[in-house]
Amino acid sequence: MKVAKRTFDAVIVGAGGAGLRAALQLSEAGMKTAVLTKVFPTRSHTVAAQGGVAASLGNSTEDNWHWHMYDTVKGSDWLGDQDAIEFMVKKANEVVVELEHYGMPFDRTDNGKIYQRPFGGHSQNYGQTPVSRSCAAADRTGHAMLHALYQRNVRANTQFFVEWMAMDLIRNADGDVLGVTAMEMETGEVSIFHAKATIFATGGAGRIYYSSTNAFINTGDGVGMAARAGIPLEDMEFWQFHPTGVAGAGVLITEGVRGEGGILRNASGERFMERYAPNLKDLASRDVVSRSMVTEINEGRGCGSDKDHVLLDITHLSPETINKRLPGIREISIQFAGVDPIKAPIPVVPTCHYQMGGIPTNYKGQVVVPKDGNPNVPIAGFYAAGECACASVHGANRLGTNSLLDLLVFGKAAGETVVNDFKSGQLSLKPLPENAADVSLARIARLESQTGGEDVHEVRLAMQRTMQKHAGVFRFADSLKEGVTAILEVAERAKTTQIKDKSKVWNTARTEALELDNLIEVAKATMISAEARKESRGAHVRDDAIDCAETPNGRDDKNWLKHTLWYSEGNRLDYKPVNLQPLSPEVEPIALAKRTY
Amino acid sequence: MTLNRGRVRWQCRRALLELDLVFTRFLERHFDRLTDDQLADLDDLLLVEDHDLWAMINGSKPVTNDRWKEMVELLRSK
Repeated sequence: MKVAKRTFDAVIVGAGGAGLRAALQLSEAGMKTAVLTKVFPTRSHTVAAQGGVAASLGNSTEDNWHWHMYDTVKGSDWLGDQDAIEFMVKKANEVVVELEHYGMPFDRTDNGKIYQRPFGGHSQNYGQTPVSRSCAAADRTGHAMLHALYQRNVRANTQFFVEWMAMDLIRNADGDVLGVTAMEMETGEVSIFHAKATIFATGGAGRIYYSSTNAFINTGDGVGMAARAGIPLEDMEFWQFHPTGVAGAGVLITEGVRGEGGILRNASGERFMERYAPNLKDLASRDVVSRSMVTEINEGRGCGSDKDHVLLDITHLSPETINKRLPGIREISIQFAGVDPIKAPIPVVPTCHYQMGGIPTNYKGQVVVPKDGNPNVPIAGFYAAGECACASVHGANRLGTNSLLDLLVFGKAAGETVVNDFKSGQLSLKPLPENAADVSLARIARLESQTGGEDVHEVRLAMQRTMQKHAGVFRFADSLKEGVTAILEVAERAKTTQIKDKSKVWNTARTEALELDNLIEVAKATMISAEARKESRGAHVRDDAIDCAETPNGRDDKNWLKHTLWYSEGNRLDYKPVNLQPLSPEVEPIALAKRTY
Repeated sequence: MTLNRGRVRWQCRRALLELDLVFTRFLERHFDRLTDDQLADLDDLLLVEDHDLWAMINGSKPVTNDRWKEMVELLRSK
């Protein structure tokens, strides 16, 4: 079958913050750049980011990158690579000021500098006192960032392919990456995007969980594509959960609700946080609150007919306070929980929020894999940045405001690496294999001809419920083992998905079936990596990890201070060392310590 | 010109989960019954930025274009 071919210097998949930042670097350097995106760029999920972007500008309180580095390493529970973390925090000021010059409307201090506010986990003087490090544009930081970057890309003549879904990575016999195949949704036709460099910036896959704050678009397309193409996924057991998502919907109820006096209650109406955190109670850290909620549910004290959630009660606050201090919350509760929080408590459950793992990269944005005894050998022509990538700066747990920083720094770094390689003549258009589009065409053909198969929505739901039940915020050895069996069964079902609508033009059912192929790779990676890691670290918390002097908080550095690598083929696991050595020889490593706040 | 329903359906994929959930309900209950004129109104409404669209649906901001009012009502209805 004849497949149309387009040729570019570079192809970028994804047009959120990381993709747009990378594209800008390429287009401004004069490279012929194509950006593929499922939705219009300013409808990427980066829009949802509210908190801000971290940079040690020191505009509001004294600050420097050494402190930011310490906070990030500690936040990562020492699983973050210290070279990449040093690189990120040192670049922070530069990428934020650049964005200011692109027209990003940051909040200002009285003397016209970028205003900075405090955020959890960020401190002065190596954990001593809170610091104001977050730069924000009201509560629409991600939105403002995306618009500033998009306008700049339009000026730089970046070529966007909007409503195109990338399908599969194209590699040659040497394993070099030569581009991607992609389907134009309007026609259903598959094309080859042949390029000297391919950058993935496809975001996270939070939709593998039943309760997720992620928009529907976050189906981990790049992560799934990389896995199917034989590239391992790094540290996929680490997912950040937010304690209060609306049960059954996932929509985030901000921490501010508990800050204003909201109380978590179990089925008997008890304020259970008094038992788990007698001092801080409902305002204890996210992970403590989430685990307490899950313990209540697991021990039969959950609410509702399925006893599967707890209640967030603000009925004791005056309607005036709720309307004035928590305006959006009442609407969210009415819309998605069907309750007016002035009259009745809101059903909530810990909810998946952010993917710490992803496609393994170094701090330059190059995708790296083990080869001939070296754990980090770059794949020629392949780069990744943002939530889909694992640099690894977030390690086992991400700090708030470090995600927008990640996508700016590593979007730019991946772009700079590509531009440098391009200008020095290291990138070339390598010949396409004969069968470059065969895998994608076979996937489409299978969907066309499948009979007696599985319903896409039902399989997706089975996957989401399996992940929520067995690989949630609090993990148990037996449940993880059962989860591995269960998710592999779901993965078998996903191989025979069937769609009723076989039309080619704007067939959203087909798009959703293709997305499920990506989600299921991420789900398998997560469950299998989590089952294997026999310790607690950051967001991966196991019931059977013992808190003692040798393994504080259940963290076992002797055996588990290493990155997981999961290969789709045979569900094989491998490990590689954490880089505890900063980038610059003069920078002292942040020494291992118990993570306490 | 008649709009392609599949295209408009895909435009209901948004950047915010709040909107995805509202549109899921809308697609199940109302979408297939929309007249061509209503579909054109929806297509126009879908050009609104996500935060503004959510604010109109949850009532925290007024619907600024008469053409959008009927669709916003359908999106709000539970």
